[in-house]
Amino acid sequence: MSENIIEVSHLHKQFGDNVILDDLSLSVNKGEVVVLIGPSGCGKSTLLRCLNGLEPIQGGTVSLHGEPVEFGKSGLTKIRQKIGMVFQNYDLFTHMTVIDNISLAPLKVQKRSKAEVHDEALALLERVGLKERANSFPAELSGGQKQRVAIVRSLIIHPDIILLDEITAALDPEMVHEVLNVVLDLAKSGTTMMIVTHEMAFAEAAADRIIFIDGGSIVEEGEPHEFFHNPKTERAKRFLKTFTYSD
Amino acid sequence: MDWSFIARYSPLYVKAAALTLTIGAVGIVLAAGIGLLCALARYYKIPLLRQIAAVYTELSRNTPLIVQLFFLYFGLPKAGIVLSSEACGIIGLAFLGGGYMSESFLSGLRAVKREQIESAESLGLTGAQVMGYVVFPQAAAVSVPAVGANVIFLLKETSVFSAVSLADLMYVAKDLIGMYYNTTEALTMLVAAYLVIILPISVVFSLIERRMRRAGI
Amino acid sequence: MQGYEVLFQGNNFLRLLGGLWVTVRIALISIVFSIILGIFLGTAMRMKNRAVRAVCRVYLEFVRIMPQLVLLFIAFFGIVKLTGISLDGETASIIVFTIWGTAEMGDLVRSAFSSVPKHQYESAEALGLNKFSVYLYVILPQAVRSLIPNLINLSMRMIQTTAFVSLIGVTEVLKVGKQIIDANRYDAPNAALWVYGTIFLMYFVICFPLSMLSRQLARKIKRS
Repeated sequence: MSENIIEVSHLHKQFGDNVILDDLSLSVNKGEVVVLIGPSGCGKSTLLRCLNGLEPIQGGTVSLHGEPVEFGKSGLTKIRQKIGMVFQNYDLFTHMTVIDNISLAPLKVQKRSKAEVHDEALALLERVGLKERANSFPAELSGGQKQRVAIVRSLIIHPDIILLDEITAALDPEMVHEVLNVVLDLAKSGTTMMIVTHEMAFAEAAADRIIFIDGGSIVEEGEPHEFFHNPKTERAKRFLKTFTYSD
Repeated sequence: MDWSFIARYSPLYVKAAALTLTIGAVGIVLAAGIGLLCALARYYKIPLLRQIAAVYTELSRNTPLIVQLFFLYFGLPKAGIVLSSEACGIIGLAFLGGGYMSESFLSGLRAVKREQIESAESLGLTGAQVMGYVVFPQAAAVSVPAVGANVIFLLKETSVFSAVSLADLMYVAKDLIGMYYNTTEALTMLVAAYLVIILPISVVFSLIERRMRRAGI
Repeated sequence: MQGYEVLFQGNNFLRLLGGLWVTVRIALISIVFSIILGIFLGTAMRMKNRAVRAVCRVYLEFVRIMPQLVLLFIAFFGIVKLTGISLDGETASIIVFTIWGTAEMGDLVRSAFSSVPKHQYESAEALGLNKFSVYLYVILPQAVRSLIPNLINLSMRMIQTTAFVSLIGVTEVLKVGKQIIDANRYDAPNAALWVYGTIFLMYFVICFPLSMLSRQLARKIKRS
């Protein structure tokens, strides 16, 4: 039995009267790559935001290594250091260079030494092919480059899990590949990740497990090849059909 | 142009300019402090304080400085509060400027995108760190042009100080015109004095602005 | 007698309003001239001719850097000296506020036209409209829309700025207030507090609605 990293049980979330997540439970094990798919507005992104304590929840619990993750709680900053997150809209700090963006959390939150952080930042940038852009400002980078930097920024704090929220959705098609290759590389090297995406081929290649969400709850869950080629539920079948052009 | 007249009376202008600059600087620094506090009260929606800040901002921005000064200098003594000319100048400028600064800072703070704050939070930064490393630097950068415009506006406004008997540049110029009829010289020195004070500040702010635009902020 | 009673004694309140009207009238006349001349200035600032643009720039920067009161002194004291023509305070004020307003308005017109995206010009031309029609039907409506809130704001600033014309001897609201206070200095020694407090509120009552209107229009434009 492998180590359990994130545990969500009976999560309930609503905005006003609008129920977004309804009695949702799941868990992620160490080294596992879980891909969440589902129609727009099904609550996938909200789920990721709840996992990082960015949203108040109305019921159930979210925990990381058994510690509760709660919106607005004082211990939240400690827990967040163990969770990396990359958002859909390039969220690099616009007033800082690439290297400063990456170094901010390890220096100020984790209080690591400057030299060590600098070396690791450059090594990680090299891994995603952006070492020469260390001193550029975000405004000078393409969307794909920005997202690769954002991934590095979340990696450097050595999180237990990385949450990726539709990180290619706002990109030009020709840049999607360079970003997904980085993620695929991380998946192969055993990084624990939870990914929300609309790139089905990528989902199949990267995932250890697919979770299909519709209407705020888990409809189907399974091994990727099985899910994409032999879905069990009617809703999953209908959803997958919208992604193919054949009749 | 009577150069000997200019030579003889330019020390008066230097002294008046020093007074304008001193009162202007103190007033503007206070205005920036008041403006920052008001902007924070409104940004964080602190109950009661935000309403007070909003009402104050509107009162100060929608009334002329000279009327504020008349109230301070001629009105308040009747309520037992007697202020010196200098104090009136500083308080008036701080009162007027605080409202303008509050607006500029607030729009800078509001210009910082939610995603920027959320991604800082998701890295584990504390509330104070998010403010110090992400929100303030970005808000400050956005505010620079408006703050620069405010500084210049407030320095120009100091020209009405003579209305409360401050011996500022206008006062000296009017005095010289009244006494000697050397109108051309008196006015030329007046224009030169304001150019010397305000032009460099205007240039500095536009340089900062250009530099920030290059960084893509 | 209490200070506030002075306000409602005889026609004192009406006199104050009359004084206020003097400055507001100066502001309104100046803003009308400024709009007309500002449109010309704004157009000139968009010309390709470098010399024209440079002259406009110098004019704009000078007027923006000089306190309006300095310009007022130049007009009031300087013009007499140079030409021998003695301007009354109100005329000098209108001239000066028009010079200042034209600079501000010119810059507003310039930025309103450049805020219309280039593709709007191009797609209008692509439809086969001639240059005149492009401006009349496509560019002008958009430019005017973004100009209006700024114009209201400029009018408000104009009304506030004209408050100091008493310093060159125009009998406006502050001067009238002083006359009322002086006339009652024995009967109501604390009248100054009430009179200047009232003038303060009078300005607020005029300017606050204008700034709200300007802000609301600006927000509406931003949203659409």
